[in-house]
Amino acid sequence: MQWDNAVSNEEKPNEKSRAIRARQRAIGRELRRMYDDVAQEPIPDDFLDLLRKIDDAEDVRAGKKVS
Amino acid sequence: MVASSPMRQHVETGKDSGDGDFKNELLALIPFLRAFARSLTGNQEGADDLAQETLVKAWQSRATFIPGTNLKAWLFTILRNQFYSDRRRAWRQAPWDQDAAERIPGGGEDQVFSAQLSDTARALRVLSDEQREALILVGAGGFSYEDAAAICKCAVGTVKSRVARARKALMEILDGDDTLEGVARPAEGDAAREIMAQLDRLAPNESGEPGGKRRPK
Repeated sequence: MQWDNAVSNEEKPNEKSRAIRARQRAIGRELRRMYDDVAQEPIPDDFLDLLRKIDDAEDVRAGKKVS
Repeated sequence: MVASSPMRQHVETGKDSGDGDFKNELLALIPFLRAFARSLTGNQEGADDLAQETLVKAWQSRATFIPGTNLKAWLFTILRNQFYSDRRRAWRQAPWDQDAAERIPGGGEDQVFSAQLSDTARALRVLSDEQREALILVGAGGFSYEDAAAICKCAVGTVKSRVARARKALMEILDGDDTLEGVARPAEGDAAREIMAQLDRLAPNESGEPGGKRRPK
């Protein structure tokens, strides 16, 4: 949040663009962290239940078709 | 919560091994579906509903998946389609307040709309849908521009420019102006107003141009 102070208009253009790239990388890391935080959570039980039930549902549907 | 690593889990199936393999591949990709869903919806409950709908759809459509191609991209495509079709339906059927009421977090972990949202997470909500999804797929999900283009059903060059504009916009939102004030942290227990503010911001995107959210200093 302090980049407005760090990157002032008086600075040389290449310093400014370097600062912008550094800031972009920091934001990129934050985005990946947010995404990875969710991806690293244990899978909630209802997902596992759902995967198990998918087969049962198929069996029910298949059974109805057959009979 | 399950303590073991998601990747180590295994779902027993009584089906033939082909379906069993497919199911275990789905299982391994659930964490990424949840992450992508969370970034699209911005809240945990809606995201997990969306990820579960995606699993069911994927299972029903498993015959159309071509083995050896990118299952993760295939699943993300289903999830994205589901997200937009769910939302279109919600907007058609429900008045704003009812739609918002359904999305009010129930508490506990679900209070992502409240003060727990980081600045970056809130800034992400300000981006247009097109920019947000492109940035997440490429910048966080690790997809190539080509795969992201396939998922978003647009040209590779379009994804590139969306990602670039999203990065620029995020930085401007975070560092520059007052754009985040409208998505400010709500007062305690004021989730509804916060959500309405977000919906108001999202609404013009349906017809507006993708970059419309950027507000220069």
